[in-house]
Amino acid sequence: MGSNAAENHPISFKWLTEARDKRGAKIISVDPRFTRTSARADIYAPLRSGTDIAFMGGMFKYILDNKLYHEEYVKWYTNATFIVKDSFDFDDGLFSGYDPQKRAYDQSKWAYETNEDGSYKKDMTMEDPRCVLQLLKKHYERYDIDTVCKITGTPKNKYLEVVKAYAATGAPDKVGTIMYAMGTTQHTVGTENVRAFAMLQLLLGNIGRAGGGVNALRGESNVQGSTDWALLYHILPGYLETPEAKKHSNYQAYVDALTPKTGYWQNKPKFLSSLLKAYWMADDPVKSYDYLPKRIDGKHYEHIALFEAMYNKEIEGLIIWGSNPIVGGPDANKEQAALYNLKWMVAIDLWQTETSEFWTYKAVDRPTDKDVYGIKKPEEIDTEVFFLPACNSYEKAGSVSNSGRWMQYRWQACDPVGESRADLQIVNDLMLRIKKLYEGSSKPQDEPITKLTWDYGHGDHPDLNIIAREINGFEIVDGKPGKLVANFTKLKDDGTTASGNWIYSGCYPEDNGKDEDYLARRRDNKDAAYPGTKPIGSYLNWSWCWPVNRRIIYNRCSATPEGQPWVPDLTSIFWNGEKWVGNDVPDFGGTKDPNGPGGRDAFIMRPEEVGCIFSKRNEGPFPEHYEPWESPVKNLLNSQELNPAVVIWEPDKKADPEEYPIIGTTYRVSEHWQSGVMTRMQPWLAELVPNVFVEMSEELAREKDIKNGNDVIISTTRGDIKAIACVTKRFKPFNINGKSYHEIGVLWHFGFNGFANGDPANRLTPHIGDANTMIPEYKAWLCDIRRA
Amino acid sequence: MLKMTNLYDVSKCTACRGCQVACKDWNQLPAVIEPFTGNYQTHETTNGDTYTIVKFIEQIDDVKGIQWNFLKFQCMHCFDPECMKVCPTDCIKQTEWGAVIKDYDKCIGCHYCTYACPFEIPQYRKRQDITTKCTLCYERVEEGLTPACARTCPTGALQFGEREELLIQARERVKFLKANGFPNATIYGEKELGGLNKLYVLTDTPDKFDLPVDPKVSGNIGFWQNWVQPYFGWLIPVTLGASALSFVTSRLLANKAPAHTEGGHE
Repeated sequence: MGSNAAENHPISFKWLTEARDKRGAKIISVDPRFTRTSARADIYAPLRSGTDIAFMGGMFKYILDNKLYHEEYVKWYTNATFIVKDSFDFDDGLFSGYDPQKRAYDQSKWAYETNEDGSYKKDMTMEDPRCVLQLLKKHYERYDIDTVCKITGTPKNKYLEVVKAYAATGAPDKVGTIMYAMGTTQHTVGTENVRAFAMLQLLLGNIGRAGGGVNALRGESNVQGSTDWALLYHILPGYLETPEAKKHSNYQAYVDALTPKTGYWQNKPKFLSSLLKAYWMADDPVKSYDYLPKRIDGKHYEHIALFEAMYNKEIEGLIIWGSNPIVGGPDANKEQAALYNLKWMVAIDLWQTETSEFWTYKAVDRPTDKDVYGIKKPEEIDTEVFFLPACNSYEKAGSVSNSGRWMQYRWQACDPVGESRADLQIVNDLMLRIKKLYEGSSKPQDEPITKLTWDYGHGDHPDLNIIAREINGFEIVDGKPGKLVANFTKLKDDGTTASGNWIYSGCYPEDNGKDEDYLARRRDNKDAAYPGTKPIGSYLNWSWCWPVNRRIIYNRCSATPEGQPWVPDLTSIFWNGEKWVGNDVPDFGGTKDPNGPGGRDAFIMRPEEVGCIFSKRNEGPFPEHYEPWESPVKNLLNSQELNPAVVIWEPDKKADPEEYPIIGTTYRVSEHWQSGVMTRMQPWLAELVPNVFVEMSEELAREKDIKNGNDVIISTTRGDIKAIACVTKRFKPFNINGKSYHEIGVLWHFGFNGFANGDPANRLTPHIGDANTMIPEYKAWLCDIRRA
Repeated sequence: MLKMTNLYDVSKCTACRGCQVACKDWNQLPAVIEPFTGNYQTHETTNGDTYTIVKFIEQIDDVKGIQWNFLKFQCMHCFDPECMKVCPTDCIKQTEWGAVIKDYDKCIGCHYCTYACPFEIPQYRKRQDITTKCTLCYERVEEGLTPACARTCPTGALQFGEREELLIQARERVKFLKANGFPNATIYGEKELGGLNKLYVLTDTPDKFDLPVDPKVSGNIGFWQNWVQPYFGWLIPVTLGASALSFVTSRLLANKAPAHTEGGHE
């Protein structure tokens, strides 16, 4: 659901077919149109884009009404037993504490009841009307199957088939997994969509167990790595929050505000201190904290926000590195216009991308006269553009982290082409030159640069082993790197240790002068089993997995509350009477008795130490169905049309369904990659999918007099694109509350460069994003279509 | 010698078309970029620079509803290859292990093999004036490697091995599929045309995959084989005459001219 794995993550799909052949697994595909994944699935159910929460809410209700949840698991490993304060309430789409002016909630209204000693109040019978399980029941009472299908447009029999098949994994001896991707996240309710999956998996007892989990299929091979490494504005490496200028004005204020009293994050100061020592080894962390750049309190810095800022001339320079926003960014016309306001731009990529060539004549062409944002000709653009050619992954060495958190090292396969250089070389060179520029300065504001520790060898390419050892962390002796630490449990908050990223600490625990000291380089493909058990696919000596080589996190849940496996042939870890043993590294105190105090607190990273069915997000503690920003229908479940907590950037660009009645979505195909920079330049791949096409139902094509293969114009309030019609039986109109609605889907890989070229579909998509992450709502918007 | 062949299991294929690209890579074939016409399929059928394609076929099944069938399509390497029989220059040979291969130096681009082929596979490559087709990667196989397509297949839909062993596997697979929601599952290539050296496991009847249910050799071929060829000596002057002869010879001469390249995007 929300993923088209067969097309976009084909290797992952191989394991699904294997599970079907070997274990009798069933594959369910839920997607607005019938995809190559659906073609290989046992059950296919369509849903209208942007209605995932309604779909999931109906499942919750069905599971709760029929008591199909995994009761023991829910009772011990989730917060279903927790009592919530009376101040929590829900009425007609709004939770208590909403401020319509700020479009934000006062989340303190959703707190748990606590005992006098500060511990959480619980009802282990889960019958108290204020306990999470009962609140959940109450919240989803409205999500009956008829209402749900009226919203999603799923045929009722198909919906029931999916619900029954998946709810069956609530049996203690069954496991189910959810694979999701951008179809889930790229909505104004993206975070809550994922939350709904997590809640479902908790209810059915499918988290922390082999074959279970909520599996994010990433948009790129190293999205996991880039997130771990904080390629985002809101975190530092290892998921430490980036500081805000006023709220976290000094080290102590940061530590006080952001360190929880319970759960493993109590150790946050150790990780922060060690990170600061890795950056500025000579300074005390309390001082070097001041060197960290700080965010302006409450200001947005997400992709959409940055481009809005550029559009509004708040930003004058941009380094665009392996990114192609005028193909891949939302509202691409606006993002292109935003680049005109830059004084300079550095583009780093394998080829000239549409973005690096945004100033050329090729970037001006549009299929119609509609020009919403003022597209400029080259002579009208003053931006100075620099282009640095970069290596592709085969031309350089380094590690990539997959969505299972495996840090896998890749060796260089061939020499770089031309003058292209590895990213590391580029960043190293850049930093060395910046340091040189500031050399000798005694100004205090230059200290973050002059005092920065930057010593990665003397070659043209920085030494990967030095970097890996810094990531792993070491003791600091006489202001220099000393003995490597075994893992993050050895990190300290007193400035005596350094580590570049605490979650990766343990990847280089000892330096014996061998290649495999860097554990990401391990390649032992034997799946050894713990005596008396069957292997579960852990491959503990293949590469290295964060944290501490643990392959399945929350694996305490793989055992019963008493510590024995739920299913003998899927033994992850179990209690042998003295300690936790098995086929994985325990995500739990190694010798903590399951029957002792805290012996069932399976989610150590949460302050509650259990999985959260009830959890604070910006739009509420339970996912509630809201329509996408642009939707042709009224919300049937409440009178809030849009997620009440999202930021609305461009109120004037919201489409009128009378004028733009068709639902639009975007997606990818196997044959192209992301914004197409790497694939559209390859003739053999261009041959496979040479043009941008739009998929639509035969019914819509008849209505609009469009024939298969015709050129069509798709338009939204933001722009028009030309595409080729792919009229197919695989897309069907949706019956929404008795009325028929059409949806179309456009490939978004295309731009004006390469052997395969065409208009970027993102010229159609809106500048609006999720309430927590601001991930753009690429997947559901309104448009109209006509023959070109 | 044991027959070596590919087994292609459509129930595992996700139509990623890695095989199509691997084939072009190994054979160093230029891209043939044709505009999108409304189907994911790149070309209607194979062409002179494209030995294998994946077909995309939409079906409405009375019980299951929409079905999207994928089929890797290429030379079937018939046990009894008609193309070989009709070739006027004897440029088509069959290896002991079952690959039907062409000697392009001898090919005169006369298209007889295309017309004779029950699947119309060999296709014309204008820039060299020859007809081409899948080679079953015989040069790889003879070095102990698997064909490029089977090597690259990420889902295990394509395998390569001894035909007899693959047949046993295919029968097992069909049994499994029949018991798991595909009552019409079948093997294709075991008996068709006396046996093909490409085996298919289909989840439905062959017509649902755009394959001939009972492929036949064209009647004209029978005439050619049984009458024209044995009595070549007397039939030629009577029926074809000098014009046919001059056609063939002119083609032979044309083939001597240096090959020129055109098309392609390498």
